[in-house]
Amino acid sequence: MTDPAPIPKHEKPKVAFYWCASCGGCEETVLDLDERVLDVVAAVDIVFWPVALDFKRHDVEAMPDGSILAVFVNGAVRTSEQREMAQLLRKKAKVLVALGSCAQLGGIPGLANLSSRQGVLASAYCESPSTVNPEKLFPKTLYKENGFSVSLPELFETVRSLDQVVDVDYYLPGCPPTPKILWEAVPVLLSGILPPKGTVLAPDRALCDECPRKDTRPEKLMLKEFKRPQDVMIDEQTCLLVQGVVCLGPATRSGCEALCPQGNMPCTGCFGPTSRVRDYGAKALSSIASIIDSNDEAEIEKIVQTVPDPVGTFYRYSLPSSMLRRRKMEESVTSDE
Amino acid sequence: MAESKAELVQVTTNGFEPKIVAFFCNWCTYLAADLAGTSRVKYAPNIRVIRTMCSGRVDPQFVLDAFARGADGVLIGGCHPGDCHYQEGNYKALRRVRMLRRVLHEMGIEDERFRLEWISASEAERLKAVVNDMVEKIRALGPLRLEVKHEDLPEEVVV
Repeated sequence: MTDPAPIPKHEKPKVAFYWCASCGGCEETVLDLDERVLDVVAAVDIVFWPVALDFKRHDVEAMPDGSILAVFVNGAVRTSEQREMAQLLRKKAKVLVALGSCAQLGGIPGLANLSSRQGVLASAYCESPSTVNPEKLFPKTLYKENGFSVSLPELFETVRSLDQVVDVDYYLPGCPPTPKILWEAVPVLLSGILPPKGTVLAPDRALCDECPRKDTRPEKLMLKEFKRPQDVMIDEQTCLLVQGVVCLGPATRSGCEALCPQGNMPCTGCFGPTSRVRDYGAKALSSIASIIDSNDEAEIEKIVQTVPDPVGTFYRYSLPSSMLRRRKMEESVTSDE
Repeated sequence: MAESKAELVQVTTNGFEPKIVAFFCNWCTYLAADLAGTSRVKYAPNIRVIRTMCSGRVDPQFVLDAFARGADGVLIGGCHPGDCHYQEGNYKALRRVRMLRRVLHEMGIEDERFRLEWISASEAERLKAVVNDMVEKIRALGPLRLEVKHEDLPEEVVV
């Protein structure tokens, strides 16, 4: 960020939204503010929002650096275009906010870090059961015909969270963030009295703290088997862990008002870690593995196997921001310079 | 002396020397390492010992951090089952290790690079055997070099 231009008093603060590798759910959060979105529009000017407004990249490029009060970027970064846009918006923003799990932690697209670019492309363009591609055509980044050329952005080997590409000021967690979280963040960002850089704008306690099932959880909880939601008739009142369902509430930040447990489903960890945790998955794994009710090695192994996909379970939203970041592939996959 | 130094330099420049981070519990395995020292038991110099109060204190984050920062292997040493100074810290370690092992496996880190061993305060010889065996196995696997790979990540250029 270079010298931010002073904002004239009579002008409304400017706000922008952008999406990278995401599903659009975070955009939905903005719309889910319902009629309150009118209050937001009354207070700010939305100067860029590809999903809803017809401003283009060159419009953003023409803005002075630092002239947008807050830019909300959702989605992980996995193409050269997304990286360029993140860098451009970082330059134009006073405050850059990572909106949602993908921007904050890498999110669901981040699970592609279990594979390579080649693996991802092969899966999408050849191997998936619904794909018919007998000529094995793959997207090219550059295509020329009759003197004309069209190009596509490069796909990276590794999916990244937003802060692995540009400097991020604040985080709004969630897949997607709840309208409440976003709504509460707006006055904070507009007030000018900003929290410390890097703050996650959500409560800093574990989800169990605000779960309505909290009181049904016994002091000592031990399990002989982990169950998947489809394998059990889930009681609507009792703590999901007590019922054997892997619920990541103990390791996950609160703020969503326990939406999933209230919908009779376990927490899958989209709000990410609290501020004391560096690697969400490791901590979630730790909390779940510790309640295995056995001291016998063979039996422990048997119980551990009842979690069918540990990486997908514990790192569902956070693989790129984990300490290991991606699967170690055969040589020369991540260092293809 | 000079000769052994030259030998050492040759080994570290030509051959790969595994770096292993070893978390040893205060009450058993750390004492075994101590005993190995005072009894002049010789074993491979590849482990960097970190003393924790209990093997149950070893947060999975410690293990991942070690790998991410350049360890080729991680060894956790604790008291034998039933002997934990804190009753069942070692069982908690065992449960977490079993789950973490599956995550590491999925992440492409070979099983031999991560090990949990019960080594009591009197088992200096066992410590020697475990360390030597682990060093040999990791030497055969070659370096993990995650920290180097991580360095490449931010500047990844796709060709």
